[in-house]
Amino acid sequence: MAKPMDQYKWHELTVGCVIEEVGNAMEYKTGDWRSSKPVWNREKCTKCGLCWLFCPDATIHQTEDGYYEADLDYCKGCGICVRECKPAAITMVEEER
Amino acid sequence: MSAKGMEVSIAASVAAKLARVEAIAAYPITPQTHIVEHLADLVANGELDAAYINVESEHSAMSACVGSSATGARTFTSTSSQGMELMHEILFIASGMRLPIVMAAVNRALSSPLSIWGDHSDVMAARDTGWIMVFCENGQEVVDSIIMAFKIAEDRRVLLPMMVNLDGFSLSHVIEPIEFPSQEDVDRFLPPYAPLYTLHPDKPVTMGAFAMPELYTEAKYSQEMAIRNSKAVVKEVMDQFSEEFGRKYSLVETYNIDKADTVFMALGSINENIKTAIDLLKDDGKELGLIVPRLFRPFPADEIGEILKTKKKLAVFERVMPGGAMNGPLYNEIASLVIANGLNIQLENYVFGLGGRDVEPEEIMDVFDQVSTSSKITHADNKNYSVIGVRS
Repeated sequence: MAKPMDQYKWHELTVGCVIEEVGNAMEYKTGDWRSSKPVWNREKCTKCGLCWLFCPDATIHQTEDGYYEADLDYCKGCGICVRECKPAAITMVEEER
Repeated sequence: MSAKGMEVSIAASVAAKLARVEAIAAYPITPQTHIVEHLADLVANGELDAAYINVESEHSAMSACVGSSATGARTFTSTSSQGMELMHEILFIASGMRLPIVMAAVNRALSSPLSIWGDHSDVMAARDTGWIMVFCENGQEVVDSIIMAFKIAEDRRVLLPMMVNLDGFSLSHVIEPIEFPSQEDVDRFLPPYAPLYTLHPDKPVTMGAFAMPELYTEAKYSQEMAIRNSKAVVKEVMDQFSEEFGRKYSLVETYNIDKADTVFMALGSINENIKTAIDLLKDDGKELGLIVPRLFRPFPADEIGEILKTKKKLAVFERVMPGGAMNGPLYNEIASLVIANGLNIQLENYVFGLGGRDVEPEEIMDVFDQVSTSSKITHADNKNYSVIGVRS
């Protein structure tokens, strides 16, 4: 979007709210409703990749050294990675804002 | 132009053909059946070059209409009663996405009890779906309104779906003399649809996306302003139609209004009976006027308010049970405008013609005697309306 959505006036919207620039969801960071974030303990992590596999939003990626981390622009803090992690290497930490 | 005797349903489908509809998705339901059957025939016989999309329900019919209209095809559908209820959620989507679909709504009662006959329960349950709505009094109006509806709906200043309402059986199944304009004249009046946006892989757009709380109010207000502003376009198209085809249409029509202090108001085909009652009353030296809102959404409040300024009593007739509301939906509009304009007029509300019950001119004349002689009809239990002909 050309500007943040809370700045649009009603007459500035397209007819039927059609989105003319496709793919602009990239600009929308959906992670901002998260109340807690996953944090990896690299001493326990076995690099098995289950967290990557189970993340429902595909926000977890592998780093160059083989460990995993979440893209916090899109992670919703659902905690599924924590539940699935066999060596219990991930914990949810409350966000401070 | 010569008149041809034809069933109004068949005439409605011929009107859709004259409008060169490109896509039709509908599911048959009484009393709309003859419209969609005839359109299916026209497509199957090669007389109408349109996609006829067979669907398994009205929910799918309206969904298919949304899809075809989004690709830029001139899209037509028709339904009645339970069918309109099954379409209900998609009606909002069509208007919110600003798709100029035209529907012939053949008005019928809602179950339960099951009734296939006419009243306005279906359209009144859909009255706030954001569709432009007109009501027709006779078959000629149905034909002309369908042709006008595409021109109104597809106007870049409007881009909203539009419902052409006609009463089930008492209009849909009668045979009337109808004048059809030539294809050449309709083509000149109604050029091909030029959509603002289309679903096309060469120029992708997103339609029907979601809106966060920061945006939803502005989105709905923008849509609301579109339907409010559409009134001027409806009037413009009616004027243009009158000029080109010689049949005069206006947002609000009147009958015997000048001499009468007491006026009636109703939607749809009952107005023909009210006019008969007015003529009969005139023979007895009594003057009754009639106001016919041809346009119902957006509600032509200014035009009606202007007429009511000089009137003393108004009885509003509606073919729907208020369902626990103080009065019927048309009366509630009128009560709003009377208060907003500070008018001093006695209002009465009558419910009539439910589930196909006939109301004869004599009963309308009785109502006139009741209204014109009383200072204010009293009602018990916060019930402000009377029901014509209910056995008690």
